[in-house]
Amino acid sequence: MKSNAKTILSTGATLALAVLLSACGGSSTTTTTVSTGITPKKMADALHAVMESDRTVYTKKVVNRLQNEQKVIKASEHWEDDKALPLPAQMFRMGAEMVTAKDVGFTYGLLSKWPVNKQNAPTTDLEKKGLDFIDENGGTEPFYGEETLGDSKYFTAIYADVGVVTACVKCHNEHKDSPRTDFEIGDVMGGVVIRIPMDS
Amino acid sequence: MTLGLIAYFSTRFDSSDSSIYLPGKSTDGHYQIELDCNACHTPMMGVKEQACLDCHGDDLDEADDSHPKSKFTDPRKADQLKKIDARKCITCHIEHRAHRTHDMGVTLPEDYCFHCHEEIAEERESHKDYPFNSCATAGCHNFHDNSALYEDFLAKHLDEPDFKAEAFLASRNLSDRIAKSEIAKFLNPDAARQADAPQELALPPENHENWFTTAHAQAGVNCSGCHQQASQSGTLEWKDTVTHETCQKCHKAETSGWLKGKHGMRHAQDLSPMTPSMARLPMKTEMAHASLSCTSCHSAHDFNTQYAAAEACIKCHDDDHSKNYFGSSHYDLWQEQAKDQHAGNTGVSCATCHLPRVEQSDGEVHVEHNQNWNLEPNEKMIRSVCLDCHGLGFAIDALADPALIQSNFQGLPARHIESLDLVKKRTTENQD
Repeated sequence: MKSNAKTILSTGATLALAVLLSACGGSSTTTTTVSTGITPKKMADALHAVMESDRTVYTKKVVNRLQNEQKVIKASEHWEDDKALPLPAQMFRMGAEMVTAKDVGFTYGLLSKWPVNKQNAPTTDLEKKGLDFIDENGGTEPFYGEETLGDSKYFTAIYADVGVVTACVKCHNEHKDSPRTDFEIGDVMGGVVIRIPMDS
Repeated sequence: MTLGLIAYFSTRFDSSDSSIYLPGKSTDGHYQIELDCNACHTPMMGVKEQACLDCHGDDLDEADDSHPKSKFTDPRKADQLKKIDARKCITCHIEHRAHRTHDMGVTLPEDYCFHCHEEIAEERESHKDYPFNSCATAGCHNFHDNSALYEDFLAKHLDEPDFKAEAFLASRNLSDRIAKSEIAKFLNPDAARQADAPQELALPPENHENWFTTAHAQAGVNCSGCHQQASQSGTLEWKDTVTHETCQKCHKAETSGWLKGKHGMRHAQDLSPMTPSMARLPMKTEMAHASLSCTSCHSAHDFNTQYAAAEACIKCHDDDHSKNYFGSSHYDLWQEQAKDQHAGNTGVSCATCHLPRVEQSDGEVHVEHNQNWNLEPNEKMIRSVCLDCHGLGFAIDALADPALIQSNFQGLPARHIESLDLVKKRTTENQD
């Protein structure tokens, strides 16, 4: 089922109306309007909270623990050939591609101004602006905007992707294709881009 | 003349011959099923994208497709899709366009890499002098399957000898798997020494003798295991003819591959069996009308895999590559293996390369019966076959030399692909 920002908004409005009617028809004397609508921004923030949490858990509790601390198994870009763990960024992208294939009404991805794979560099004006924004503020605040891609309009949110453990910064600093080699833990290394279509 | 034309076309349209609707010569991969329009087309002659994936999707997944559809459905790719819609197979691969079809059996636009990778020379100085349309033709890259071509894989295989000191294939292990499967409870190896075909059939004694020496007999697959089949009413009836549907009960992966390959794809579409007379490759005229089934190569009852792996092929195939096999080093090794029971899997037959043994991550080894699985483009053969015995550089060069392929590898590669040299240079530079 495909959803979009308009559907989300109208669903929210309907819910608000239903709650209001229910309140009027009941015995309650409360006159407060209850708004339960979900804005694209709120939806993007919620989605990102899940993504960031899962990503951090995998990076810290699986990859960093098993590779860097306990040295049980390595993580590798070629994880199938090397019988290793997928890198955290690969794990994230595999999930993103699976979500895109399901066509559920939003897409997300991981971009960077310093990408190992150049295909993951920002290309749209909004991506460039957003990645600059989160880099300049050190990831303290996300970036929100609207953009038209192809024939469709999107609400786009960009959240800082921060290096949380040694595994993140070490891998990027040492990778032969990395254009930046001075990352430190806590640095903004890229951005999670979430897009929600606004057209019907 | 008018009356003649009317008569001709009314006959054609009246008949079930749909060849009249073919807009052009079909590719080598599809011509066998070209008259079953519905296999690929919608009723209004659109193309069913799913039809491509039904036959080729598993192979793409297995090869870890470098450019799956999911990479292009992200909205940020919208501008690139205007130039080349990489979400659809038919953007690059168009059927019935013989004049645009390449040697590897598909049409390909020349600029399909350029639109997304036009800045590659800035990223890789070494690439600046390569023409924009040479990414794949230079033997370095493949749009879908780069499993033997990606940079880190090349780096792992630098400086390998052309011929490895230890060269052998994986051993088949179907019997071990069957013994551990649900099928095992229907088998009784101890009782299998006595064939259970009905006495009244008065079968020729050689049937029993042939069967008695096979892995079937040793595993407890008796006559009834193949010939006693369920009728429409559900009762078991003796059938003289055994089809692939019976074989696949135990040989599932093999049959599945066969139905996708050149020998069985017509079966998969419920068309009449393939015969050598339909083939585009040169075939022996005396075999022109032989119908292909499992027993065409695995002759019934003795199921001699040694025979099926080479001699069975030459029974029909009559092209130079096939004929030259019998003068090749590969054939010498095959003969040595046949003479020495302790030689292990060191011989190289037709099947070694074209129906290869595929080892899954769980250790299962099956024989892939879809010849196209690792043939087009032929770089797909590198990991599945060549690297068992040869170094990566030698294998890449050999598969890029058409004359060497035609001679069935009698000699050394006359062409050299630079990809390993570039990787070696880059690796050295990074270490400095």
